[in-house]
Amino acid sequence: MLPRTHEEAAMNLQVNQHIMPTLNRRAFVIGAATAGAGLALGLDLPFGGPSVVRAADGAPEVNAWVVIRPDDTVVIRIARSEMGQGTLTGLAQLVAEELECDWSKVTTEYPTPGQSVARKRAWGDFSTGGSRGIRTSQDYVRKGGATARMMLIQAAANEWKVPATECKVSNGVITHTSSGKTTTYGKVAEAAARLEPPVDVKLKDPKDWTIAGKGLKRLDTVDKTTGKMTYGIDVKLPGMLNAAIKDCPVFGGKVKSFDEAKISGMKGVKKVVPVGDSAVAVVADTWWHAKSALDKLPIVWDEGDNAKVSSETIAKWLAEGLDNAQPAYVGNQNGDAKAAIASAAKKVEAVYSYPYQNHATMEPMNATVLYTPDKCEVWCGTQNGEAAFAAALEASGLPAEKVDVHKLMLGGGFGRRGMTDYVRQAVAIAKQMPGTPIKLLWSREEDMQHGKYHPVTQCKLTGAFDADNNLVALHYRLSGQSILFSVRPEALQNGMDPAAFQGVAQSGEAAIGYAVPNLLVEHAMRNPHVPPGFWRGVNVNHNAIYMECFMDELAQAAGQDPLEFRRKLMGKHPKHLAVLNAVAEKIGWGTPAPQGVYRGIAQVMGYGSYVAGAAEISVTDGSKIKVHRIVASTDPGYVVNPAQVERQIAGSFVYGLSALFYGGCTVKDGRIEQTNFDTYNSMRINEMPKVEAVMVPSGGFWGGVGEPTIGVAAPAVLNAYFAATGKRIRTFPLRNQNISFA
Amino acid sequence: MANLKINGKTINVDVEDDTPLLWAIRENVGLTGTKYGCGIAQCGACTVHVDGVAMRSCGVTVSEVAGKDITTIEGLAAGGVMHKVQLAWIASDVPQCGYCQSGMIMAVAALLKENPKPTDDDINDAITNICRCGTFQQVREAIHAAANA
Repeated sequence: MLPRTHEEAAMNLQVNQHIMPTLNRRAFVIGAATAGAGLALGLDLPFGGPSVVRAADGAPEVNAWVVIRPDDTVVIRIARSEMGQGTLTGLAQLVAEELECDWSKVTTEYPTPGQSVARKRAWGDFSTGGSRGIRTSQDYVRKGGATARMMLIQAAANEWKVPATECKVSNGVITHTSSGKTTTYGKVAEAAARLEPPVDVKLKDPKDWTIAGKGLKRLDTVDKTTGKMTYGIDVKLPGMLNAAIKDCPVFGGKVKSFDEAKISGMKGVKKVVPVGDSAVAVVADTWWHAKSALDKLPIVWDEGDNAKVSSETIAKWLAEGLDNAQPAYVGNQNGDAKAAIASAAKKVEAVYSYPYQNHATMEPMNATVLYTPDKCEVWCGTQNGEAAFAAALEASGLPAEKVDVHKLMLGGGFGRRGMTDYVRQAVAIAKQMPGTPIKLLWSREEDMQHGKYHPVTQCKLTGAFDADNNLVALHYRLSGQSILFSVRPEALQNGMDPAAFQGVAQSGEAAIGYAVPNLLVEHAMRNPHVPPGFWRGVNVNHNAIYMECFMDELAQAAGQDPLEFRRKLMGKHPKHLAVLNAVAEKIGWGTPAPQGVYRGIAQVMGYGSYVAGAAEISVTDGSKIKVHRIVASTDPGYVVNPAQVERQIAGSFVYGLSALFYGGCTVKDGRIEQTNFDTYNSMRINEMPKVEAVMVPSGGFWGGVGEPTIGVAAPAVLNAYFAATGKRIRTFPLRNQNISFA
Repeated sequence: MANLKINGKTINVDVEDDTPLLWAIRENVGLTGTKYGCGIAQCGACTVHVDGVAMRSCGVTVSEVAGKDITTIEGLAAGGVMHKVQLAWIASDVPQCGYCQSGMIMAVAALLKENPKPTDDDINDAITNICRCGTFQQVREAIHAAANA
């Protein structure tokens, strides 16, 4: 039997309580009437009010962020998505800190984007990318916790007929100081939910934190060790069928025809459907049947002109962009770099390039959709619930109040699941089978060949010295693909992609850490047909490799130590310098390394955080690299959970070094050549170095954590490789240079 | 049609003989803790035990394992008591996204059965699962902790 309502559908899922929404949709009917404009609504963050909104189990919302059950359980609402980075736990810590509740009684749940839209975006932005999960919502979620705390205390004070100022709270127990009377949050939540929220809400000084700032255990671990955690791929709905899909292998190509008759008799096959104009899906009882039939389905493609494109043609086109005569956008400049270089005593030039990379999340893309003419519901892992919601709105053609998205745990995100292509496809398939829930799952091969790839770039760097070996000019000329051009063209500034300069920008959250008298940073934008996307670290990845490896080349040309050379250029950038100094000290820079071990160092700023890394490696036969030890430092302003920050740092090195050694997606005949982990490999435990994290939060700003340190992973190792061998590697991945892990 | 002995129960599943064990477990038996990652026995997300040995269930067919003892992540805890590897995983807070961890835990449980006190080199040789989040540092710590539990 099909679920008749959202609540039934949700209950039919065997899911973990941490991540499944349990809100009662009926509570929001009034709000929904005003939500006709969909996502084009202002942000109206509610912090409580006289009419009580209830969760599905009847427990009162003190405000949008906090529900308290009579048994004192605190349910903290999380709008951002958990994909392993620890945001779920970190945000809960921030709310709980201000709420002063008992951490052992905290559980979390995801509100749905539909509920949020119906309540004028009560939970704000759902987007979980750009290392923003905590840093851009910490203020209002903390305010949510603090507001709830004040209302709960006020409710107790009202009951006791005493001033709230005479009451205090600890671990969810409210005490009237002079009389010694106590009550708990669970007992006063109902009354608190009826109070007007206070206007003047003061947040704690982070130095007084007792829950936030601590390396508390994650809230979602147990179910991830028993197989109980429900990812998108695990969704089961009554009567559900499974779909496998094949999109035209050449990006931009179309389906010309397919011969359904050849597979229609195969076991389990229910339907073969076109998906848009570029893909075909087979719907069957099981996914294995769907996939097996799809493999045998004859499809004729119209591959179009893109079929002529290869990595070689792309590289040639990008190389032309390195020519100063070609137009380029200027992202950062001071002085006159070209003139200074022309008249310099000595100049150094190098050309680097960085390839496409696939996110290769462990869980391939998938989404489950139940479509009827009255309702379109989506179950999926997504980094951006609202974007998935908007995609479902558009693909279903239904109004906002008839659409919703239920977020599940993500089997990896890394930026890939901020895109909504797989949601659109699943809706398009389900729409052709109204009333039947359809789970669309991509094969690994589909996932590898239809990614949103880390963009391809080349960079020509020219440095110039005066007669005393002082760096007087630096020209950083980037040529290649813009992500925003493809993904968010509205964010371009007169055609320029400001994000292209991440890590080498003049100011802002990804500012360059060096002061050079004459500097020119520019981007010749060239956009091949391969779709780009935000890939953990995004443009910081290649920019940090280019800049930090070239800094080492400049130091070498100047006959100076790489650390000392950098320090001289960093006087005006004390926060950049502080993290660099922190790793230098911890790795023992300037002291002898163990026999046969060589060191490299790098620094960059990204996502509002200052990071640096140092590597210790040894090299056998000039080509077998053993990475022994990594020291990585970050100043993200504040550290909400040091245990999770440590894990993000270590993980970012695995992701960054996997790409450096094994990655690289190549294009042939317009399509991506790599199809699975046999041709797009990833680091294993035997290749894992010891990673030591040094956290130096200096306060006063909020930087991200998930991404920034990936920027220093590759250049630290590459600079150590030069120290060991005297060889500079300027094109990647290393496997193409016959360099591998030892 | 195949008789599969999974987590101590014999289950008759209506699948073709060449169906990969992974898909029979996930779709026909309905145990979804075993994950699909690559389908070519590379990543290890689908690791289960067959007669006590860690195997990548995407790379073996149901007919090859009929009648054999198959254990999935759901069957690792015996009599409601978590396996020491699971307990070590929780103590070390190992998982990030967690998707690869069922397979990782199954691979480690099989390793410890064969080699109760593995060295770092033993671990390097035996554990070849991919984790894109990069939990290896905690995985190693938890393996040693479980070995010493």
